Amino acid sequence: MAKVNVDLQRERDSCSFNITELTHWIDGGVQKTEERKKREEMALKEGIHLEPVPSVYLSHKEKYELAVKKACLLFKMIRKLQEEENAGMENYLAVLGGNLGAAILGDGNPLTLHYVMFIPTIMGQGTVEQQAYWIGRAFNLDIIGTYAQTELGHGTFVRGLETTATYDASTKEFVLNSPTLTAYKWWPGGLAHTANYCIVMAQLYTKGKCHGIHAFIVQLREEETHMPVRGIKVGEIGAKLGMNGTNNGFLGFDNVRIPRDHMLMKNSKVLEDGTYVNAPSSKLAYGTMMFVRVMLVNDMCKYMAKAVTIAVRYSAVRRQSQPKPDEPEPQIIDYLTQQHKLLVGIASVHAFRMSADWLWLMYNNVTAELDAGDMERLPELHALSCCLKAVSTDDAAQCVERCRLACGGHGYMLSSNLPLTYGLVTAACTYEGENTVMLLQTARYLVKAWQQAAAGNTLPPTVSYLGELRAGRRSPPWDNTIEGIVKGFHMVASGKIGICVAQIEKRQKNGMSYEDAWNMTSVQLASASEAHCRAFLLSIYYKDNEKQVATVSPELRIVLQQLCDLYIVYWALQRIGDLLRFTSISERDIEQLQNWYEDLLVKVRPNAVGLVDAFDIRDEILNSALGAYDGRAYERLMEEAMKSPLNAEPVNQSFHKYLKPLMQGKL
Amino acid sequence: MGGRVNEDLIKERRKCTFDIKELTHIIDCGEENTIKRKQIDNYILNIKELWDDVPEEYLSHKERYENAIKKAFIVLKVLRQLHTGNIQITDHRTPTNVYSIQDGIFRNVNPLLIHIGLFWSTIAAQASTEQQAEWLQPDSSMIGTYVQTELGHGSFIRGIETTATYDSTTDEFILHTPRLSAYKWWPGGLGNTANACLVMAQLYINGTCHGLHIFLAQIRDFDTHKPLPGIKVGEIGPKMGFNTADNGFLGFDNHRIPRTNMLMKNVQVLRDGTYVKPKHDKLTYGSMLLTRVTLISDLAYQLSKAATIAVRYSAVRRQSPIKSNEPERQILDFVSQQHKLFITIASSHVYRVVGLWMWNSHKRVTADIHEGNMGQLPELHALACCLKAISSRDASALVEQCRLACGGHGYMMASNLPQIYAYTTAAVTYEGEYTVLLLQTARYLVKFWRLAAEHKPLPQNFAYFEDYIKKNFEQWRNSPEGIIEGFKAIVAGKTKAAYDTLQCNLRNGREFEEAWNMASVQLTNASEAYARSLLCEVFWKETVQLSTKVSKSLAIVLEQLAELYLMYWALEKHGDLLLYSTISRNDIEALQSRYEELLALIRPNAVGLVDAFDIRDEVLCSTLGAYDGRVYERMMEEASKSPLNEDVVNESFHKYIRPVTMKNKL
Repeated sequence: MAKVNVDLQRERDSCSFNITELTHWIDGGVQKTEERKKREEMALKEGIHLEPVPSVYLSHKEKYELAVKKACLLFKMIRKLQEEENAGMENYLAVLGGNLGAAILGDGNPLTLHYVMFIPTIMGQGTVEQQAYWIGRAFNLDIIGTYAQTELGHGTFVRGLETTATYDASTKEFVLNSPTLTAYKWWPGGLAHTANYCIVMAQLYTKGKCHGIHAFIVQLREEETHMPVRGIKVGEIGAKLGMNGTNNGFLGFDNVRIPRDHMLMKNSKVLEDGTYVNAPSSKLAYGTMMFVRVMLVNDMCKYMAKAVTIAVRYSAVRRQSQPKPDEPEPQIIDYLTQQHKLLVGIASVHAFRMSADWLWLMYNNVTAELDAGDMERLPELHALSCCLKAVSTDDAAQCVERCRLACGGHGYMLSSNLPLTYGLVTAACTYEGENTVMLLQTARYLVKAWQQAAAGNTLPPTVSYLGELRAGRRSPPWDNTIEGIVKGFHMVASGKIGICVAQIEKRQKNGMSYEDAWNMTSVQLASASEAHCRAFLLSIYYKDNEKQVATVSPELRIVLQQLCDLYIVYWALQRIGDLLRFTSISERDIEQLQNWYEDLLVKVRPNAVGLVDAFDIRDEILNSALGAYDGRAYERLMEEAMKSPLNAEPVNQSFHKYLKPLMQGKL
Repeated sequence: MGGRVNEDLIKERRKCTFDIKELTHIIDCGEENTIKRKQIDNYILNIKELWDDVPEEYLSHKERYENAIKKAFIVLKVLRQLHTGNIQITDHRTPTNVYSIQDGIFRNVNPLLIHIGLFWSTIAAQASTEQQAEWLQPDSSMIGTYVQTELGHGSFIRGIETTATYDSTTDEFILHTPRLSAYKWWPGGLGNTANACLVMAQLYINGTCHGLHIFLAQIRDFDTHKPLPGIKVGEIGPKMGFNTADNGFLGFDNHRIPRTNMLMKNVQVLRDGTYVKPKHDKLTYGSMLLTRVTLISDLAYQLSKAATIAVRYSAVRRQSPIKSNEPERQILDFVSQQHKLFITIASSHVYRVVGLWMWNSHKRVTADIHEGNMGQLPELHALACCLKAISSRDASALVEQCRLACGGHGYMMASNLPQIYAYTTAAVTYEGEYTVLLLQTARYLVKFWRLAAEHKPLPQNFAYFEDYIKKNFEQWRNSPEGIIEGFKAIVAGKTKAAYDTLQCNLRNGREFEEAWNMASVQLTNASEAYARSLLCEVFWKETVQLSTKVSKSLAIVLEQLAELYLMYWALEKHGDLLLYSTISRNDIEALQSRYEELLALIRPNAVGLVDAFDIRDEVLCSTLGAYDGRVYERMMEEASKSPLNEDVVNESFHKYIRPVTMKNKL
């Protein structure tokens, strides 16, 4: 490895804590770190991630072909490993989500949905016989599947789907149809040219009656020839902002017939004669969707960690301007405005990581309760996962963009890897439930909780503050501490929900229907929902950080507490309007918060590089000219530029074709 | 216009309460410009070679460049014909939509943009009369660009490292790149297209550095296009957007150019090496200032594109019933959607109006400068800095908001929203980075706050600083005028807070630069507030004035839009208003209700308002936003243009997939 940039080396030398200790803390223990490193080494040593010409230079079609090639090599390798090691799911999970997957298939993987949606849906919704028949073949990659739900005209509102599956008792088959153009399936990854099977969500009709959305397994292409099966119209949807390796496709059905046992029948059934047998609970089907949202919050942490690593290292290497005469240009990380953009990004990774862990635990508890027939906490989990999905994807997208812009023009280069990372993150703002819709789902729950509190009922833990705050209506004196701020955020959330409820009631009194009043108030409802989520994030970060730092070294503890304080004070300053409205904070308090914040920036500054180093993201995963561990930013920018096919020849052919004729007056 | 127009869009257009054409003419700055624009559109649309068979997003990086350069030379020829050979038209930079058809042709950026614009206009502004006579020839072989930023140096231009050393023995300058970080990096058209360029370099004579000056250097052979000896040139690689701009790098290895290739209108180096200073050292920054001013208008146009796409799509798209027994509603009926879109329409008008206002100020100030009066330059500089920063930030945030408001479909390149975002967000960092520019304006604010704090006389436009110090607070009014007053109080309050922090740091013994740095987060906040108050005030005043000159029905709508803009920002900044003005919590609830009322009032005219931007389908380039609203049909049509869809089975099946799935049978 070449020499490390001297500025970066100095930053590392002056770090006040043990970086490895923090890495272990983040990973959840020494052993977890070692496992992760081993997995990374194993996945990267084969060199599947290497590209002779970087894929950013390729045409759309070539990008897909490269992605398929890599995906096939990758899963072949993993299968081999599984056979050798007799390991669990970890190897699969590692390359399907988060950083390692993105290192190998930087702009999306056409086989992801096969593992993330196709197989899990069969496991979750198929009968024992169906699982026995399909899962083995799928795991062995004898067949490649995907999951088709959204349609050209229908997304987040699942009940609006138009594709039909009509049972024909005479042949014991379902007939699948796309009645209109808007009913074409649109978006599923791997659907276009990769998968040969697919789970299709369609409106079930039997005996002339519609029973709503159900899942069906449909063969799309012949296993031997890959030619589309009769009645199937399939292709790709075209180029996108990002994820151009995922091979998103469209799919139309023209009277495609499938056997009755291709409907997934663990919950609802259609008997041979066409009798429909209802599911024990319609809410069970939400399991997979909720699982994906929980995983998403985790992924967002990884992307933020990547972006902030790149931006912090670059800011330590980049020098600009000359505040003091006769001194060299300062590192841009010494500018307070730059620290303001970046340091909160480091803290956000930790904040969302703790909320993600918390949510994961709750998810597992609730799933266990469900299996025991207890559904009490399902609505609460649903409400929490909706708003966390929205706020985490939104915050992550903004964090990545802020990091990109903090790198100036160079952040705009694809070789910084920040634009591509943004492409992956911002996609999550609209997929798996559009963010505003998600916030409004949570708002429904909050309004109900508010009404229950008004009726004197006790509330579930994550909304219990509504009851407590309703009880003591008067604003207590402001407490300008971290605990006081967290309390303040609960008051903001409670105050906003209260205003929404009052608004809706007022509008109803003026003759509006409940639904119209809801719609008219929806801007405020979304904002209340965000406030609820923000209060949750801050309080979990505060509480869990306190708990977890108890066991670390004193040097590290100080830094982790500084980060947590920084995050919470940052958000207080972002929300001063809300705090002024709903708490008794004063102008003087706010001035003090501002000073406190600036003071924290200065305190965290010397450890900035150490803090991102502790995320321990390998160069191959970071894949950034600006953010590599050695800090050779300019050398790497030039090296990447030299890979451009346009730079392979001194004179491009267009000179002879257009420029010269024009100069000679012949064009 | 292809197929039938979507039923919902027809209904929306019927609902419109004002004359769409009247508004279009206002946007174009007069009916004659609308007519001229359409003539140019039609002329250029008739050139078949300018239209792509395969949309450019399917091409490789190299093919994209080659495709763009082909079109660029056709367009250059057309522009020459339209202007009878005179391509050095200085009024080319007047804010206008007349040439907007180029947006449609390039989808991104014309690789000759700098050649057509900055290259010739800089020569016209900074070269001596003799130089102009020699270089500004209609049959010039030069394809030029303007070369300033370096790999290691951007917004802080004094840090530029490239040197131009005068050698009096040969009467030449020696251009040199002392190290990697000194490589020129970013200029458009530099990679493979330009054969000449204007280079910013540190001038050295007899060991003395005289700072940055501009030199004309040939970099490629006019006949063979090969780089000249001592020139290392190439492209910098793919970017988030601007991929047809041919951004390049450039290094000099002791490259010699004649002494007379330094641009010598304001400053000279004589044969014996004598350096003749310019009369005013700010003269060289003129073109940067102008670029910032024109950028505001360009961003207004980008906003109108994004708003058109998102509003039309929201009228066509249906999702979820509002009441359970209803059919699914147009998503434009959801108030949360209106909240995302109407502010974008309003903001496009704001930046159009303010861009024009700045253009006129610039014209006035430039005229003054020619008469030797530099007095207005600092104010114009301060305004241009913060407005450039805030307009680029607003525009990119709102374009992204429009894209996200189109759900997943906005993520498709065929919606054109990703490209508009990539184009718009680039403006946040180029031509002066966002934060750096805000801090420039902050210096200006601090200067006047110091005057106010020391009770010295203030110019009229900063009289409110004095009011704030004397606590002459007006009673809060929930009206546009009241909000404008409120925003001024915020500027004063934030400038005061930043100034106090600065003074406190100085008192604690910090050097000025350090104290400034420690206060810089608050300084940027003050600067941002200043920009917002300007935007609100100028837009409101200009709208009120305009309302008296247009038909009643249009005046109502324009005032609703202006009021919406003010209410929106008052609510966004209600914390600042609570801190620095006399607004109460109840006032805020009333503002919120008024804001929601305005959304409802504008709703029926939403489609009419974006139709009035009059952006033709060939410029919009969007499946979601076309005039006929055949959204889903167009999405399918565009998808079918993908080269991947030409083969039912892609060859990768045989190469990679089949060996995996058929392993047991092979």
